[in-house]
Formats: sequence, C-alpha cells, structure tokens
Amino acid sequence: MLKKLFCCALAMMICGCSKQDDGPLRIGGLFAVTGPAAFLGEPERNTAQMLVDEINRKGGIKGRKLELVVYDTVGDTTKAVQLATKLIRNDKVVAIIGPSTTGESMAVIPVVEKEQVPLISCAAGIKITDPVKKWVFKTAQNDSLAVNRIYDYLKQNNQTKVAILTVSDGFGASGREQLKAQADKQGITIVLDETYGPKDTDMSAQLTKIRSSQAQAIICWGTNPGPALVARNARQLGINIPLFMSHGVSSRKFIELAGDAAEGLKLPSGKVIVASQLPDVDPQKKALLSYIGSYQKAYNTEGDHFGGHAWDAVMLIKGAIERGGNNALSIRDQLEKTSQFSGIGGTFSYSPADHAGLGKDAFVLVEVNNKGWKLVK
Amino acid sequence: MAPGFHPRGKMQFDHILQYVLSGLSSGAIYALIGIGFSIIYNATGIINFAQGEFVMLGGMLALFFLQLLKLPLWAAIPCAVLVSAAAGLLFERLAIKPLRQPTPINLVIITIGGSILMRGLAMLLWGKDTHALQPFSGETPIGVGGATILPQHLWILAITLIIIALNKYYFYHTVSGKAMRACSYNRRAASLVGIDVRRMVLISFVISSGMGAMAGIIVAPLTMTSFDVGIMLGLKGFCAAIIGGMSSGMATVLGGLILGVLESLGAGLISSGYKDAIAFIILLLILFVRPQGLFGKSDTERV
Repeated sequence: MLKKLFCCALAMMICGCSKQDDGPLRIGGLFAVTGPAAFLGEPERNTAQMLVDEINRKGGIKGRKLELVVYDTVGDTTKAVQLATKLIRNDKVVAIIGPSTTGESMAVIPVVEKEQVPLISCAAGIKITDPVKKWVFKTAQNDSLAVNRIYDYLKQNNQTKVAILTVSDGFGASGREQLKAQADKQGITIVLDETYGPKDTDMSAQLTKIRSSQAQAIICWGTNPGPALVARNARQLGINIPLFMSHGVSSRKFIELAGDAAEGLKLPSGKVIVASQLPDVDPQKKALLSYIGSYQKAYNTEGDHFGGHAWDAVMLIKGAIERGGNNALSIRDQLEKTSQFSGIGGTFSYSPADHAGLGKDAFVLVEVNNKGWKLVK
Repeated sequence: MAPGFHPRGKMQFDHILQYVLSGLSSGAIYALIGIGFSIIYNATGIINFAQGEFVMLGGMLALFFLQLLKLPLWAAIPCAVLVSAAAGLLFERLAIKPLRQPTPINLVIITIGGSILMRGLAMLLWGKDTHALQPFSGETPIGVGGATILPQHLWILAITLIIIALNKYYFYHTVSGKAMRACSYNRRAASLVGIDVRRMVLISFVISSGMGAMAGIIVAPLTMTSFDVGIMLGLKGFCAAIIGGMSSGMATVLGGLILGVLESLGAGLISSGYKDAIAFIILLLILFVRPQGLFGKSDTERV
C-alpha cells in the first residue's frame, strides 16, 4: 500500500515537473532498431539520439532541454501501437518521431489522431499523408518524386519508350503503381511491364524479352539483392540501353553486390550520398555536410538517408519549438507552418493541405562511377 | 524500321535459345539438390527438408573461408564442402539417430526443425545481408549462337556433370555404394545380409549435405547468397526429385533440367509473374498423375 502511494506521489511529481516550463520537453521515438527493418531503425535511432544530445549540449532550445524516449518496435505493427500508447500515456511526450516502416506508421496513425499528439513518420509510403491527417507528418520522400526524377531525365534525352521490371513486394508494387500512373501525364509509354519475385535468382528471361522490345530504357524497381542480379543479367545479355534503378538501392551494398555490372547505372537518390559534389548554392548542402560530419564522429560510420529522415524530424520539431511550440497542440500548429526548411531529405514546406512537404528537388539523379556515386547534372 | 531488327523467325529462335540456356544452368542446380533429397530418401525413407539449408551453408561457408580466412578459391571450396558435410554428419548423429520411434512424420518434423535452426544460426553468425561470391573465372559473357552465357554457367554445368558421374561410380562400383542401393530396395533384407543400415543412413546424410553445399558454392557467384536462400532452392530441388520419381540417378537430373527450362521458358514466353507457380504446378501435377515420377515404372514401390 505504502509502495503504491509512493509510486503515485512520484508519478505526480514527475507530471508536475514536466508541466513546468523549465523541465525538459519529452519527445518519443519509435524505431525498428532490431528485426527485419533494422537497416532503417538503427541509423534513425542513432541519428535522433546524436542530434538531441547535440542540442542539449548547446543549452537546449530557448533554454529548455529535450529528452528523447526511444522504444524498439522490432518492425512489428502491434508492438508499434502498444509503444505509441505507452509514449503518450506514460511518458507524456509532446511529439513522436517514427515509426520506421509504412505498415507500422499506418497502424499508429489512429492512436495519435485520437490522443492528439503530433507524429512525424520516417517511412516513405504515400498513403501516410495522403489524404492529410491533422496530427501526422512525414519526412521520407514519396516514391512518386523518384519516378518523377527518372521520367524528367528520360524526356530530356528523348527516350519515351520504357520497359519496367519491378519486384513483386510492397516496395515494387508501389513503384509500379507510380510508374504507370505518371507515364501518361509525362508522355512516357510503358512498352513492357515485367515483374520478378523477391527471392528470384535469375532475371535473364525477363531481360531477354525486354531486349527484343522497342524499349529505349529499362527501369527496375526493387531493394537489394534483386536489382544487383538484374544489373548482372543485363550485362551478361549485352543489353546496351540505359538501365535505371530506384532509390531503394542507393547504398554501397548495391555497388558491392552488382560489382562491375553497376558501372554507369543511374538512379534517383536523396542527396546524402553525393553531398560533397553538390553545388555550393544548394540550400541543403550545409545541413548535409554537418550531418555526415557529426555522424562520422559519433558512430565512426557513414550516415545514410534513413538516418537523415530522423535528423529532419528532430530539426522540424526543434523549429516548431523555437517558433513558440511548447505542448502537443502548439507544436503541431507550428510544424504545419514550417516553410523552406532545408534538411537531409529535401527542402520542407508544410501546409494544411500538404504534410509531406517535399518537392521533386528532393531527389537527384546519381550515376555509379568507379565504385562510387557521381551526381548527374 | 526499329534498330536491331532481325527476321522474326531468327529472333524468336535466339530468344528460345537464351531461355533454354538460362534454364539449363538453373536446372543443373535443382538437379544437384534433388539428388541430395533422393539419396537420403532412398537410404532412410524420409524427405530431408533441411536439404536446402546445406545449399545455403555451402555458399556462406565458401564466402567465410574466402573473405575472413583469406583462403584461395581452390582451398575454400573443399573446406566449405567438408564443413557442410560435417554439419550433415552432426545433424544425423544428434537429431535423426537418437529418435526412438523413427516414424516418417516425426523424422520430417525433425528435419524441418533442423532447417529452421540452421537458418537461425547462419543469420546470427553471418548477419542478414546478401553477399556476392567472386565468379570462378571472370565475367566476360560468351556468345552461343544468338544467346549469351557467363563462364560461371559453364562451371555449373561441368561440375554438375562431374558430380553425377562420381555419384554413378559410387553407387554401382563400390561396396558401400552397392550396400546403400541394397538398403533402398529393402532395408530389412539389407540388414539381414549383414549391411549396417545405420551406417548407410549416416553416409547418405554426409554425401547429400556435401553435394548440396557444392551446389550452393557454384551457384553463389551468379545468384548471390544469404542466410535464407535455402528455402526456395530446397523446394525447387524437391520438385526436381519428385519429377524424377525420387531416383538418385539420371531421372532426377532430367527432372531438374526440365524444371529449370520450363521455368525459364514460362517466364519468357508467358509471364514472369508465374515463374515460381510453374514449378509448383508441375509438382502437384506429377504428384496427382504420376506419383512414381515422370520416368518411373509404376511398380517401383519403395516405401
């Protein structure tokens, strides 16, 4: 009994403290730090923690420190929902960053809408913010922007007939949908629409078919390792029309897997991997170089664009607090007023009608060159 | 006129040649895995669903010896095969032999459990990433008629042929091979004439895990490898063995090649979405219509 009373008193004290203006503002993090989506969640957690520490070292925001409470969702939707509720009810956070995947984000949305806490998702799915939900924002670039970037380039080079080769999983299906939806508008004809399974080990049959078609370019949409096999098969078959990949493979791992066959491939990507090659006038350059520098120092490895999604989320919240946000509602309102914030994923401008906030300048086209990335101008 | 225009007939032929050549090389792999299934089935009467995991082990171990221990390729391959065969031996000694009531259903469940265990251990040891193995001799494509293949395809076909020949020699020209064949016809009678059936079971596990590993090694430069490649390859190998009527000889080899070629032709001429469906439709058809296999006579009762 005494113990229970003590707990109650302690809880009241904690609540009381956080209500005062000088206590730390609590921000929740829901990341898939382990499990199948760990390649997203781990850099996101690392980045968010690094950035919050950095802000606190500099004396916080307007004198107020931040406190980051991170939970690992293991990439599981049920867990994500439970942990979101815990963050809101027990930890009394004023905003949540994450979750890492589209599935988890969609599952968490009803919770934050009901509890009225702003959520900044780090997942890419277009349906997270389309239609717009009052409390939900996102930092990862939509697939449609990547498709847009490839089609723009093709049009510039008068290549309007393409063959698409997409993987039959969530990522590939979403890409295929966007590729088909935008083709008509952009004057691109899809002459061949092929797919492959996520566990397939040989795509030469599909590519043989493409080789004999009228296609002037191939667009392959998938995550590792499939696209690496496509690149190798294409080289084996002597296919000499340009091959485009999706932003799903903009990592060193892809170059390692595809080997020499990757040389000359082009793909849309966030700007992180070519930060130093960007022109000095690029509004994101400063943020990118500072992110890469501090990530390298803190974790002794390269920062990637997944961590960048969390970087943007923390900075967006920081901006909202600087503009006067100090509780869930005011932070949400200030987030929506974000305009021209240049972060890692792109330059964000939120509005009541747009909670994704990015334009097509968020992606650049890069080419694999000498086992590295080269910015295509 | 479109660039690269060919007379229609010639072009169609080039395509089909390409599909068949790609199909033959994947088919050779299915055949090697299928023979592994058959050898164990004939010696013990069980389907070893962990067969695919030995394929994975082969590829991952070869990579381990090459990259972490910096062995040259010619040394890494035998090391990987030996370690995988040792894993097969351990698997039989620790999981199959101690079983008191070796009913088929118990044994099948044990092999499935074993496969999950091996997959899990591989994931913990080597992580979840996909890895590429260096091709044995370069990546310059070779033109064959209007089609192209890689040197690695030739390696796959050649090594498969050698293994099948060795297999044939072992089963028909050595005492222990003949004893193993005796077990497959009638285990009881074999033990009555003094054949140590237990030992034959052990040997069958060692041979088939080693063969599976070899398949995993020669295919890894083409298809890459990761902790979970065993599932699909195992299933395809199982299809090959079923088409071949669970024989450990040429019938399974043909089964694998037929499967590979049909898959590739299906993906090329019908639709790539049906590629895996084709394998499993064939599997079901054979099981319904000709459970003794495509080439088997209906009187080869072995269970």
